[in-house]
Amino acid sequence: MESGGSRLGGADLTLAYEKRIIAEGLTVAVPDRSFTVVVGPNACGKSTLLRALSRTLRPTAGSVLLDGQDIATVPARKVARTLGLLPQSSVAPDGITVAELVARGRYPHQGLLRQWSPRDEEVVAESMAATGVDSLADRLVDELSGGQRQRVWIAMALAQETPLLLLDEPTTYLDIAHQIEVLDLCARLHEEQGRTLVAVLHDLNHAARYATHLIAMRDGKVVASGPPTEIVTADLVEQVFKLPCRVIDCPETGTPLVVPAARRGAVRPEESRA
Amino acid sequence: MSTLRIGSAVSVRYRPRALAVGAVCTLLALATGVLALGSGDYPMSASDVLRTLTGGGSPAEDFIVNELRLPRVVTALLVGAALALAGALFQSLVRNPLGSPDILGFTQGAGAGALLVVLAGGSSLALAGGAIAGGTATGAAIYALAWRQGVQGSRLVLIGIGSAAILTGINGYLLTRTQLMDAARAMLWLTGSLDGRGWRDAVPLMIALAVLGPAVLLGAGRALQMLEMGDDAASGLGIRVERVRLALLATAVLLASLAAAAAGPVNFVALTAPQLAKRLTRAPGPNLLASMCTGAALLVTADYAAQRAFADHQLPVGVVTGVLGGGYLVWLLATERRAGRL
Repeated sequence: MESGGSRLGGADLTLAYEKRIIAEGLTVAVPDRSFTVVVGPNACGKSTLLRALSRTLRPTAGSVLLDGQDIATVPARKVARTLGLLPQSSVAPDGITVAELVARGRYPHQGLLRQWSPRDEEVVAESMAATGVDSLADRLVDELSGGQRQRVWIAMALAQETPLLLLDEPTTYLDIAHQIEVLDLCARLHEEQGRTLVAVLHDLNHAARYATHLIAMRDGKVVASGPPTEIVTADLVEQVFKLPCRVIDCPETGTPLVVPAARRGAVRPEESRA
Repeated sequence: MSTLRIGSAVSVRYRPRALAVGAVCTLLALATGVLALGSGDYPMSASDVLRTLTGGGSPAEDFIVNELRLPRVVTALLVGAALALAGALFQSLVRNPLGSPDILGFTQGAGAGALLVVLAGGSSLALAGGAIAGGTATGAAIYALAWRQGVQGSRLVLIGIGSAAILTGINGYLLTRTQLMDAARAMLWLTGSLDGRGWRDAVPLMIALAVLGPAVLLGAGRALQMLEMGDDAASGLGIRVERVRLALLATAVLLASLAAAAAGPVNFVALTAPQLAKRLTRAPGPNLLASMCTGAALLVTADYAAQRAFADHQLPVGVVTGVLGGGYLVWLLATERRAGRL
């Protein structure tokens, strides 16, 4: 499914907030048609990398390349028609309905005189259907549950109709059932619609389960990248997260499952019962 | 939401309710304007006023309506619309219903500029110039202080509130330095008054609104809607966030300063009108057009009330908007707190 090419990547990036340098000499490539997941400990620069790839943050040095062109030189609207972003924190305006919010994803396709074409209407309906929020179309976004709201934001990003979609921690603040719901949705979008997805995730097991391409980062550097089944080992997890663990095959999906080592001297349940 | 389609090239989205609110407020503003034109020491009926406005009055009526009273009413309409547009822009940009030029210090900055001119003994034209210079200088200073790899709404609000406090102190000091006669003139200006406004007060504002109004409504209204969802979301949708924000803040500061130059710092209209419009239209987003119409209606009504409230003397319009707006502010703080938005 992955064609070997890469429409989006960063070459020799230095990323910094004011004077605080997050990453230096960072080079990454997002394989086309992959579901790429970036993992790493807190403050390793994974969200910063995503912000740079989406052109929300301008690199101090190096450049982000979109279709071989420095993304900083591409008109903002053109970028927005190629690359969609689901930021970590978005604000739903007061009193906005689901359908209205999803419709805002059409902005980069619209103009002053062409504010709502039949195509816009069609894509918004499709995006709501694909994320299962079509039955909520007329509800206020404020009234929805966390999981529903996240699906609405994903629908908005889908309505942008971009071949590339970046998601910054799409499962944060959701309970386990809603986390899986959102990730299943991402996997489906990847498989059925052939979009290239790049997500930052906190949970290594989720990453290993859903990613087709994994990028493991620490201290602003890429430690390893490749298919999870090939790169996720106890050594790698120890190296990246400083966490002693065992890696076993997930009984459900066969993907690598990271089991943290037991605390030394901890009593197992069956022993305490005996 | 309704859509107007002409062929496949043109499709414009609008909210029927928002248009209705704008139309009703405009009618209300104009009707109150006609009422105000007909009242005073020489009362006239509405039909007489309309006849005079269209050029059919006697020379005396023509003088009273078109020369004496019309500039004041037109200034009220324009100041109300300009303040409301500035307020709607600020509130949307800083994502906070308290973000209005009189709370963020721009109005106080305009006041300081005007007071310096009074101290130097300048003409009223120079006083207006001083207000514009003071307002824009304050705007630039607050923007620069709030800048940290881009400007955050909450940072701008806090720095603005601090600046407002400092400038209020400075204005108090400047007042103590003025002669008694100048102090009286300065006080009247600082309260916000439409008394004795002529065409020269209305024209700069009229030009600014004619140019900036359509530019903002057509050019930036939709970008502003995207910005309300957060900087990252807007940037992801192809908005040049800092460029748009700087342009809109500059526009809002300019409008607020021009309004202050024309009528003094009329308080609370910029705060109240956009919120009122939002509640009337029940629409998300900045509601720019509806806010302008609401602001115009609000100020022309407040000025009419200020002239009529007491039989023996007129109040400056700023007193009326202050009393109404202050009450509204208390209500806003209470309800927003309860809703957990503050």
